[in-house]
Amino acid sequence: MSAVVEFRNASYRIGAREILQGLTLSVEAGETLVLLGRSGSGKTTALKMVNGLLFPSAGEVLVDGTPTTAWDAVRLKRRIGYVIQEIGLFPHYTVARNVGLVPQLENWEAPRIGARVDTLLGQVGLDPEQFAARYPAQLSGGQRQRVGVARALAADPSVLLFDEPFGAVDPVTRLDLQKQFLALRRELGKTAIFVTHDVREALMLASRIALLRDGMLELLATPREFLEAGGAEARAFQACLDWKVDAP
Amino acid sequence: MNPDLAGEILQLTLEHLTLVLVSMAAAIALAVPAGILITRRAAWRPWLLGFANVMQTIPSLALFGFLIPVPLIGGIGKRTAIVALVLYALLPILRNTMVGILGVDAAVRESAVAMGMTGRQLLWRVEMPLAARTILAGIRVATVTTIGTATIAAAIGGGGLGVFIFRGIASVDTTQILAGAVPAACIALAADAGLGLLERRWTN
Repeated sequence: MSAVVEFRNASYRIGAREILQGLTLSVEAGETLVLLGRSGSGKTTALKMVNGLLFPSAGEVLVDGTPTTAWDAVRLKRRIGYVIQEIGLFPHYTVARNVGLVPQLENWEAPRIGARVDTLLGQVGLDPEQFAARYPAQLSGGQRQRVGVARALAADPSVLLFDEPFGAVDPVTRLDLQKQFLALRRELGKTAIFVTHDVREALMLASRIALLRDGMLELLATPREFLEAGGAEARAFQACLDWKVDAP
Repeated sequence: MNPDLAGEILQLTLEHLTLVLVSMAAAIALAVPAGILITRRAAWRPWLLGFANVMQTIPSLALFGFLIPVPLIGGIGKRTAIVALVLYALLPILRNTMVGILGVDAAVRESAVAMGMTGRQLLWRVEMPLAARTILAGIRVATVTTIGTATIAAAIGGGGLGVFIFRGIASVDTTQILAGAVPAACIALAADAGLGLLERRWTN
């Protein structure tokens, strides 16, 4: 197996505050690595270092063996799909134009973009005939998030980054989206890095879980190992699973 | 109405329109790029906004007067009047351009950058289309104001409908004042309605 993304002792500092400290971690081809942690644990910062939205203040992050600082900034970003909780669809573009944006920036021909958009919308469970011409304001939260995923997949990126993508939708829709995510992973075999603070989501989606605490890697484990793991932070997250409502 | 007066109204109306159109074209050409610039360079913001602000706080008649002795842009006539009108129109366009661009949803901007848009693509494909309505609103305010202010151009020999108004005031002739004020008001109303229509059309 080869590392698609590699953190080498990567740190990020704002002033005197260490957001991320000496993160060393490899993401292998085809796996879904979940960065799990509380708010402020540095997981989003780590994610943004992969596509060059942020650069490490010490150490380095390698994508396909090349440090992000040595990549052409635009090329790097176009190779990496990015999905965020707020989605950030362009409100003045139709669904089809939103999804086809990166291919269009890459100067694909119109018929090829059109075909690609139809395929992608199908893959995320939206009927192209029904949705392609709509604007983001005419979609539900779950539908918007599907469009966001389709957009991230558009130019066949080698890595996908997800920053709490399903955090703002209702739990029923979230489960749908999570299942869709797993189906897509089986179908496409993409490498993904997925940030969440939801331990159930981490266990459901991860090949491996990287648990972050105060900017440091606390634990790197498969979901099965994670459930058995010791350490205060791992136990704190395990405890979130145990709590059940007592039947009256 | 006597045919001489009708002819003069037509002629001065055209002159007035020319003053307004040239001034607005220049003001847009200066203030929109300057407004974009200050979204990129926050340090320049207080200086450019401050300048435009000061220009607008100078009473308009005084601004026209101040420019007369200034070399190159000053003197008596249309050129000085246009310079004054441009200075006067800067603020609403500058400010609305800045506000419109800075008002673009941070998540939209972040995804544009993360999708590998260049700075120029971000500006022209995302920020400007989304700011268009606000920028146009600034242009609309500036245009309507300029149509009124342009009547003062006559005070420094700039021509336009103000010629009637100043002549009417000097000779206490209400007909003359109305001959200037009514067409000016009609132009202002038409411009307001037209640009308002464009604003709605553009952004739907």
